[in-house]
Formats: sequence, C-alpha cells, structure tokens
Amino acid sequence: MIHLTIPFTEEKIRALKVGDAVEISGTIFTGRDVVHKYLHEGGALPSEVNLRDGIIYHCGPVVMKDPTGQWRVTAAGPTTSIREEPYQGQIIKDFGLRGVIGKGGMGDRTLEACKSAGCVYFHAVGGAAQVLAECITSVESVHFLKEFGSPEAIWELTVERFPVVVTMDSHGQSLHREVLATSTAALAKSL
Amino acid sequence: MIALQSSLVELIRKTSAELPDDVHQAILNSLLNEKKGTIAESALKIIDRNIVLAKQKSQPICQDTGSIIFYVSGPVFLDQISFETTARIAVTEATKKGFLRQNSVNSLTGVNDGTNVGPGSPAIHFHQHLAPTIEVRLILKGGGCENVGAQYSLPNEKLKANRDLDGCRKVILDAVLQAQGKGCGPGILGVCIGGDRATGYEFSKQQFLRKIDDRNPIPELDRLEADIVETSNRLGIGPMGFGGETTLLGAKICAANRLPASFFVSISYMCWAYRRQGVTLNPQGEINSWLY
Ligand code: SF4
Repeated sequence: MIHLTIPFTEEKIRALKVGDAVEISGTIFTGRDVVHKYLHEGGALPSEVNLRDGIIYHCGPVVMKDPTGQWRVTAAGPTTSIREEPYQGQIIKDFGLRGVIGKGGMGDRTLEACKSAGCVYFHAVGGAAQVLAECITSVESVHFLKEFGSPEAIWELTVERFPVVVTMDSHGQSLHREVLATSTAALAKSL
Repeated sequence: MIALQSSLVELIRKTSAELPDDVHQAILNSLLNEKKGTIAESALKIIDRNIVLAKQKSQPICQDTGSIIFYVSGPVFLDQISFETTARIAVTEATKKGFLRQNSVNSLTGVNDGTNVGPGSPAIHFHQHLAPTIEVRLILKGGGCENVGAQYSLPNEKLKANRDLDGCRKVILDAVLQAQGKGCGPGILGVCIGGDRATGYEFSKQQFLRKIDDRNPIPELDRLEADIVETSNRLGIGPMGFGGETTLLGAKICAANRLPASFFVSISYMCWAYRRQGVTLNPQGEINSWLY
C-alpha cells in the first residue's frame, strides 16, 4: 500500500503504475458534470479553490448539517467518470491537476493528458458510500452550492487514508483497456 | 393504515441499509476465491466492510438508493388503491428520514422535488394469491447498473447468435463483456428469454426476487445459469473491472412465450449492492416475518 499526501509532486505521480493501491490524505475537491462543463467553458474558480498539484473527485456527496451547523458527509461514493471525458484532459492541463478520482475509468484523451501533464486516474470502489464517507474527516468549504445545487457543487473535503487504485497512469497505461482486451479474447475462446 | 405505513418505512430502511444474507454470503465466498494481495481482493474487502458499516449505522449501503420497485402479493379483497396511497406516503417519509436519497427527477423539467414520488415512482406490481396474508417485496435498483442492461433480438448476426439456447448464451455473455467496469460489479444477472420488449425486461427484473443460491426448476435453464456464471468468471473482468476471479455472483434466467416473429433476450444487471427484502404482513398491516 502506497500512502500519498496532497499536494502531490510530479515525481511522486510519475512513480505510480497501473494496479498500485494507494491511500490518499489531504484536501480534495469534488466536481462532476456541471463543474466540468463550467470550467471547460472558461468559468473561473474562486481563489480558495486551488486544484494545482491536487485532486478532483467525481462525486456528488450526501452532505447534512449537524445540530451545531457543521457540514457532515454521510455518503460519498464515486460517480461514473466517462461523462467528463470531453472536458477532463483540458482541465488537467489548465489547472495542473495531478489526480482524478472516479469510477469506471476514462478514455484516450484523458489518458493522453495524464501522460503529457503528469497526472493519474484513481479508481475508488463504486457503491462503497459508507467506507468512503468514513475517510472524510471534515468538510472545509463549499462553492457554487446555490448555483449548481448540492451534488454538483465543489466540496472541499479533508480525507484520511482514502483508498483508491491507479487504473490509468502517466505512462500511457490503462487497466481498463488491458482488461477489455484480455476479456474479449477469453470470451472468444469460450464461445 | 398507520401500521401499514410504518411497516413499509421499516421495509425500505432495512432494504436500503442491510444486504440480504444470501448476497452477503456470496460476496464473502467470492472473497475467498480471489488471489491474496490483489486489487480485486482489496475491492471486495472494501465492499464487505461497507456492507457491515451500513448495517451498523442504519444508513444507505450506496448513495444511489435506486428505483423503488414493490411486488405485492395479497388476498383477493386487498384494497390496492389505498395500499398504493400508503406506499407513496411511506416512500416520502423514508426519504425524509434519509433511508432513500432524493432520487427521482421529472424527465421533462429536470426538477427533483425531493419526495421520490411521481409518475412511475415508486413502481408497484400487484398480484393476487389464495392466502390471507400480504407479502410485500422490495427491490432498490441503482442507476449505474440499470444503464448496462441490454435487450437483444435474435438472430444477431454480429454475435453469430441464432434462435436457440446457444444463441441466448452468446448474447448474455456479450452483455457481461459490455458491462465491464460499469455497473459496479461483481454483478448478478436477471434474464428473460422470450416475451415482448416490455414483458421481457419486466420478467428479467423479477428474477432478482430469487435467492442467489437457489436452483432453477427447469433443467436447461439451471444448466445455463451455472454455465453463464462459470464462463463469466473465467473472463478475468473481476470486481469493478479490476481483473480477477469474480465477475458475476449469480445469473437467474426465466423463459416466457414469444411470438413466432420475435425472439428477445432481455438482460437486467444488478450491482453488488443488491438490495432486496420482503415481509409478510398480518391483516392489520403489521410485520409478521421477513422473507429473506
Ligand atoms: S451501480 Fe449500484 S453500487 Fe454502483 S453506484 Fe449505482 S447503486 Fe451504487
């Protein structure tokens, strides 16, 4: 198990290979469909949202206010990443992202951006809403809550030992592509 | 109706927070089959931990609490209209309590009014039986896995699938291949051979009412079910599509009559978060026993 703390360095990210199990600690930002489209169309980020050397998490968390007025994340599994494929590569380059967390993997354009910019795709376990919520120790801030609504807002979350697997690395390797090729060949033999 | 309402809220809570034992057991069995130290094994361990944690905390296993599908078997005199009204109130209450996410969107306006109640939601299927008791079964089916369901029309030239059981096998295995990495595997298939486009999907979903470890009383289908699971698990797709031994936890297949002109194979895919529960109710609407 590799343990990484945000902010990342290019060197640390380049050292990761497809199949590595990683635990991440530090501050991450959520962003899904609306955020990606907004950024891709040139939308600006509030100055507190610094994605450089950090992570964007494809997630629409369930967040509740506790009696003291503090935000608390009660469920926070990943959402399907491929919907952000039209935008992701550009956003990685423009904002200096070092990691994307999601599920299901992404396509060639994102893979190419990972290679040229030094970024990786981390796969979280889909559906593991409770385990992943337990790794979120606090909610630091929220942006665009009114404009985008809760699931689509940018939530700034502090995570501790958040478990993920590298499924696309910065050397052009994709576990998704590999498994598709081997399983397609295996099926051809079973018919 | 107060007793019925609270029974249905409890049914929803338990379905959302607690995986049935047969499903949890199947996940634990598959964990033993995975090679130690692989990412497939660690994904299944996280899934297992998630199941235990959700039950402890009485919180949704997955944040997508899915389509709400009730199957009700009741005596001839069951008042379906008031049952449905009560079920809709129970769904709204369960949503307020956080057992269900605000998960139902108006398809024309995009508005989510936060109640989970609207045209088609919840779905309720009534069925009469000769006993005096009422049985209510509930399935919560997530969107990610619903998206990878597929319906094939045979013959299918590209897959070289003819109108026979071997053709059915080919298209079912193709659906497994296409679903990889999506729909949060390891999965469970519900399949209907035959029917029309609507009933085919309908019956495929009803297969999810069966327990994972039951056997099909029709020998050909029983063999096909075992074969699909075995063959799928040799493809190396694995949990989450990470590679590994466990691609499917189960396959449940039924057959319905078809028209001479049509031959559909309808496949519903259920994610590992296979939320299914059921209760028998007494005439007052109180829970007598749990069905799974
Ligand atoms: S497919 Fe199932 S486990 Fe995955 S996110 Fe949807 S409901 Fe949850």
